[in-house]
Amino acid sequence: MREVVQQLINGLSLGFVYALIALGYTMVYGIVKLINFAHGDILMVGAFAGYYVLGRFGVSPVTMIIAFIISMAICALLGVIIERLCYKPLRNSPKIAVLITAIGVSILLENGARVLPFMGPNPKQFPTFKNSIHIIFGYTVSTVQILVIVVSVVLMLLLTYIVKYTKMGKAMRAVSYDMKAALLMGINVDRVISFTFAIGAALGAAAGVLFASSYPQIEPYMGFMPGLKAFVAAVLGGIGSIPGAMFGGVFLGVAETLTKGFISSELADAVSFGILIIILVVKPTGLFGKNTREKV
Amino acid sequence: MKNRIFNSITILGASIIMYAILAVLMYTEILDEYNGQLLTLAGIYVIISLSLNLMTGFTGQLVLGQAGFMCIGAYSSAIAIMTFHVPLFFAIIIGGVITALFGFLIGFPALRLRGDYLAITTLGFGEIVRVVMVNLKSLTGGAAGLKGVPSFSNTGNFITDDIIKFTWVFGFVVISLLIITNLMRSSHGRAIISIREDEIAANSMGVDTAYYKIFSFTIAAFIAGLGGGLYAAYFGYLNPVMFGFMNSANFVVIVVLGGLGSVTGTIIAAIGFTYAQEWMRVFQDFRMVIFGLALILVMLFWQKGIMGSKEFSIVGFARDLLAGRYSIKRIISKISKLIKKWKEKKQPDDRGVK
Repeated sequence: MREVVQQLINGLSLGFVYALIALGYTMVYGIVKLINFAHGDILMVGAFAGYYVLGRFGVSPVTMIIAFIISMAICALLGVIIERLCYKPLRNSPKIAVLITAIGVSILLENGARVLPFMGPNPKQFPTFKNSIHIIFGYTVSTVQILVIVVSVVLMLLLTYIVKYTKMGKAMRAVSYDMKAALLMGINVDRVISFTFAIGAALGAAAGVLFASSYPQIEPYMGFMPGLKAFVAAVLGGIGSIPGAMFGGVFLGVAETLTKGFISSELADAVSFGILIIILVVKPTGLFGKNTREKV
Repeated sequence: MKNRIFNSITILGASIIMYAILAVLMYTEILDEYNGQLLTLAGIYVIISLSLNLMTGFTGQLVLGQAGFMCIGAYSSAIAIMTFHVPLFFAIIIGGVITALFGFLIGFPALRLRGDYLAITTLGFGEIVRVVMVNLKSLTGGAAGLKGVPSFSNTGNFITDDIIKFTWVFGFVVISLLIITNLMRSSHGRAIISIREDEIAANSMGVDTAYYKIFSFTIAAFIAGLGGGLYAAYFGYLNPVMFGFMNSANFVVIVVLGGLGSVTGTIIAAIGFTYAQEWMRVFQDFRMVIFGLALILVMLFWQKGIMGSKEFSIVGFARDLLAGRYSIKRIISKISKLIKKWKEKKQPDDRGVK
């Protein structure tokens, strides 16, 4: 029992990272109905940005905050640029064309990072807090785990505030509900979409720094697997639903950690994808997804 | 039925001529060893892309786990040969049948899931297959891979070896072509296309969409399994890493570039893709950067692909030829029509004004 709770704590910190990435997927999907395969690579770019800031100024709570802000800003910009150049011209095209474009962007980012002289193909050690262990109620929690959970919760609260209580958030909800009607009501849809990409990418960047802090090694392909997993998480929770993505991410992180701890560490990936398939077959729109009936 | 017999005969005839030309070219070493090998690999890509086109292009179900099917086919053929000493031909067929079984199973979620959700499920399927192959160490050799899958032939003479390899792959390309083109000319094929066009309408017209979806997945998986078996014998070495998501994505790219629902387009795109991959090796590290960039640019400016959903049909050509429809007058009128069409296209249209 003790060990189960301990693993739950470990799973929670991994799950929060997944949840942050999943939020980016789910918000973008909710608005433009696009599986943004490049999102995992945004995470990589965010991690690299954090790496340079922390490498330059050393690791302290202040530089950590600066690292978060800078990497989130860079990735938000990158997200908007990608959306403007690659996805916007294809907004009325068949889905598969946009999907392939997204895969193209992902390949471009990964390999672009490989050939850029200051990033390069070799794994780099990510500077982060010294991983001291705290004992809370008899369970061990590391500094990085606390960092992950605190930052994630703060960002999620911020996101909920933006979506629920600001004008932009209202516009986002309107566009995701019905893009054409929103356009007719005078909402600048292009701006809302760009804003959504910016927020999603910023969350991805934060997740990148957190992920790199937990598994302190960064390389150009690092975003692929967490990206895919977070995507699974987003679908689990019902893609397009923000609480769904949070729940899905945490659920997947916990499930994966428990599998690693008690069954087999190699089967963890298979288990997460297995859960995905079972849930989709039982409830095709995910746990929190709205069931829209198809009309002729 | 007559239609299909004619189709089969024409395709067989055309392929025999094609094969004879290529084999002679290879024998006389006008096509050197390198190009022969590449052509063989292109053949395998053609088979697997055709199978994906059946699912995505004709049935309209987006599948992102093609490498998973290929992986099952490759491993089952390789294990059939190495552990159970089945002759190569039957081993490849066994690979196809086992993969078909999985295609059948994956067909069931496809009944409930649409569009993106199915894409994700198949993506998950592909990843699961890969992870399972890593973990079934006693059968598959795990992450270290399966070494020493016997090749198609081992006479020691490179030219004959290459020609035999090529013959095997070419033979299976023709088999897959026959299966797919005849299927699409049958009532089953029309039902499958009706699912792509409008599933609800098809359902209300009395097409058993559930049955046809599973049918199409099973056949497609069978063909992908054949391709996987050939892949195993071609490389002689299997590793789960070879069947990752990028591999699946490559096939989607081929099918979309060739044109969804176009068999000829798929063939052209698969061969072109194989060669392009090789030629781009000169760019070394920049190869994949260029590939990514090219993918984005192609999708931005040229979504229809090479053929759209049109076909360059040898069968139609042969039928017209036999019916004497190719008089010089007709050809001239056809060309002038094309020129007219092209000129009209150049004129600015006022569609935007409405």
